[in-house]
This record gives sequence, C-alpha cells and structure tokens, in this order.
Amino acid sequence: MSGWQDKAHLVRMAVLFAAGVVFFIAFRAWMVPADFGVYGHYRAGALDDVRARPVRYAGRAACEDCHADVVAARQGSRHARIGCEACHGPLVAHVQAGGDKKPALPDSRVLCPRCHYASPWKPKTFPQVVVAEHSPEGPCIACHKPHAPKMS
Amino acid sequence: MNPDRRQFLRDTGKLLVLSASASIAWEAIAAGRPETAPNYKMSDHWWGMVIDVEACIGCGNCVRACKDENDVPRSPKYFRTWVERYRVLPDDMEHPVVDSPNGGYDGFPEKEAADPNAKHFFVPKLCNHCAHSPCVQVCPVGATFESPDGVVLVDKTYCLGCRYCVQACPYGCRFIDPRTQTADKCTLCYHRITKGLTTACCETCPTGARQLGDLKDPKDPIHAFLREHHVQVLKPQMATGAKVYYNGLDGSVR
Repeated sequence: MSGWQDKAHLVRMAVLFAAGVVFFIAFRAWMVPADFGVYGHYRAGALDDVRARPVRYAGRAACEDCHADVVAARQGSRHARIGCEACHGPLVAHVQAGGDKKPALPDSRVLCPRCHYASPWKPKTFPQVVVAEHSPEGPCIACHKPHAPKMS
Repeated sequence: MNPDRRQFLRDTGKLLVLSASASIAWEAIAAGRPETAPNYKMSDHWWGMVIDVEACIGCGNCVRACKDENDVPRSPKYFRTWVERYRVLPDDMEHPVVDSPNGGYDGFPEKEAADPNAKHFFVPKLCNHCAHSPCVQVCPVGATFESPDGVVLVDKTYCLGCRYCVQACPYGCRFIDPRTQTADKCTLCYHRITKGLTTACCETCPTGARQLGDLKDPKDPIHAFLREHHVQVLKPQMATGAKVYYNGLDGSVR
C-alpha cells in the first residue's frame, strides 16, 4: 500500500489533465457551431445566409407570363433578346403585387443614349449615333418603338 | 377486429410521416433554403461565367443592377462588378490607358476624342469564382470558402475584417463593407441562381456580353460557347482556377 501512496501525485496530475481535456472538448463543442465542417472548413449555414437575400430583379420569364402583347411586339426585333428589366428596372415588387405597383416608364432621352451614343470604345457593328446630330430634341420614342426599334 | 385496428394504425402512421415530411420540405422552400428543399442540389452544379468583350458596349447596366440587387454601397469605392475602359496603342501593349469612372455606374460619358492609332474596348470585371482561390486560402477563420457548387462566398458572421483576402485576390474583387467592417464580394447572385434565375448582371446585359453558365449541366449553352470561341481567363499564370471565361480578351488586360 505504501507504493500506492507514492503515486498519489501522479493521480492528481492525471485527474487535472483529464479535467483539462474534458474542459477543452466541452468548450470547443460550445464555441464551434454544429454545422461547421459539413462541406469544408466553414459553417454550412453560411450558404443559407447568403441565399436568404431577397430577389429584386424578377427575371424576364416572370414578365412574359403576363405581357404576351410585348412578347409579340418584340418578336424578331433587334431588341428581342434584351431582358425586360434592363430598361424597366427591378420589378419583383410589381410581380408580387400581381401587376399593381406599376413602374414609371423610363425617359427615352436618358435611356436610349446609354447604349446608343457613339463611342470608339464600342464594337464597330453596334448601332450608335451622335445624339446631338441624330436628334437634337424630342423623345426617341417619337420615331422608334423601343420594343421593335427598326423604322420601316 | 384486430387486423382492422392494426391496419388503421398502420395507415394513420403512414399519413403522419408523409404529411410531416411534406411540410418540412415546404418550410425549407418557403424559408429560401433550397438546399434543404428537394429542388436544388449543390452537387449538380458548377457555376461559371462567360464574358464576350467584343459585345460589351459599356452601358453600365450590370454595375447598376448589381448594386441594386445586392445592396452594395453606392459610393464609387465599392463594387462587386465594374467595367473598365481600355485604350491601347498597338505597339505598346505594356502600358494600356485604363479608367473606370465610378466603375461604369453612370455609363462612360465621352471625355476625349478617339485616338485613331489606338484600339479601344471595355472589359467587365467581377469575382472570377476561382476553384483554387487565393482569398480562401488566406482566410484565418474559415469565413470565406468555395461552395460545393463552385461559388466563392463570405460568411459575414465569421469574418473578422482582417483584410487578408482583400490583399490576396489577384483581381481586386474584394472590399471591406463600411457598414459591417466585413469582407464583401460578388456572390454570383447565389440567392438567385439557386432559385433558377440568372444573375442580376446577366439579366440586364442588353447585348448578352455576360452569360451565366452551369459547367456541370451538359445542356447549358456555355459548353458550345467555350468550344466555338478562343477564350481566356484573367491572369492564368496565377493558377487560380478562375471560372470567368473571356472571349476576345486583349493581351494588355491585367
């Protein structure tokens, strides 16, 4: 039995060490979220956080569900492939309101030159005009229909 | 009598289990967590983008739509995507004249006449969503990561704002959001693409110069585009595994 008494200090050390290990495991379990490391060295819930952001641009499919007349007007025109919200702005509120909250129509004097003012930086094949020469005043839509801009 | 009761209990049990699982799936969809819902599987996608430099007209729609959709600070210092304007003399590719007034947010008002000896073009830039991303490698706390579907994202609740990633990105695509003091960057509109929509910049690009692509979807037109064009990624020597492919990229672009 005297041999056991000699080892009492070792037991104390072992107990202290075990307590340290238990504290570390418990502290780590408390600090690290359960979903950390599911896919890699990050919190898997972060993916859901990023996804939770609300959508503002509804996408042209949502527009075309209701506006069949505009789809028909754009058929075959040079503007046919442009997304509706490229000109009309973000419209998810309009879609969610079931067609209420109608957006203001864009000002053609501002909108059209954004793409079509002449610039050497643009691709040569892209239709561009020097606005002051082409049309010094008056709305562009007096002559060009925005959904099918080519004049016949 | 007994078999009837047993049958009744069994049917009721099935009904309970089925309706419970249906309601869990619906809650996941309604809460905007498509991964826990059945309709979006991360393992089925690998997102990238194609940018056709020859189609970009510098209208700035992408920059405005990005700031709108993602609530990016309007100050001219912060962009998740921006457009650069290049002027290059053919015999001096090393020194292109590049500017990007307000990142292209207001378009590019003419500031000087064309130089007939130079070539001119626009280059839209955004996060390249690298498969081996330097910004992810340097993050000390696991706040930024490559998602299983190939998008580099930031965990805003974990980010310390230490700015390592801002310095590590070879493309200058990151900034510190002044409101939260955490890193911010293009998410490839992760909240949209996981719902089957395209990104805000691709949605509003009038010339189709930007196209989102799912490299794991064999039917995606991105495969035909990559096959039929001579494309390049930015800074291929960095071996970042960038997934934004540029068509018609000039050698002077950095």
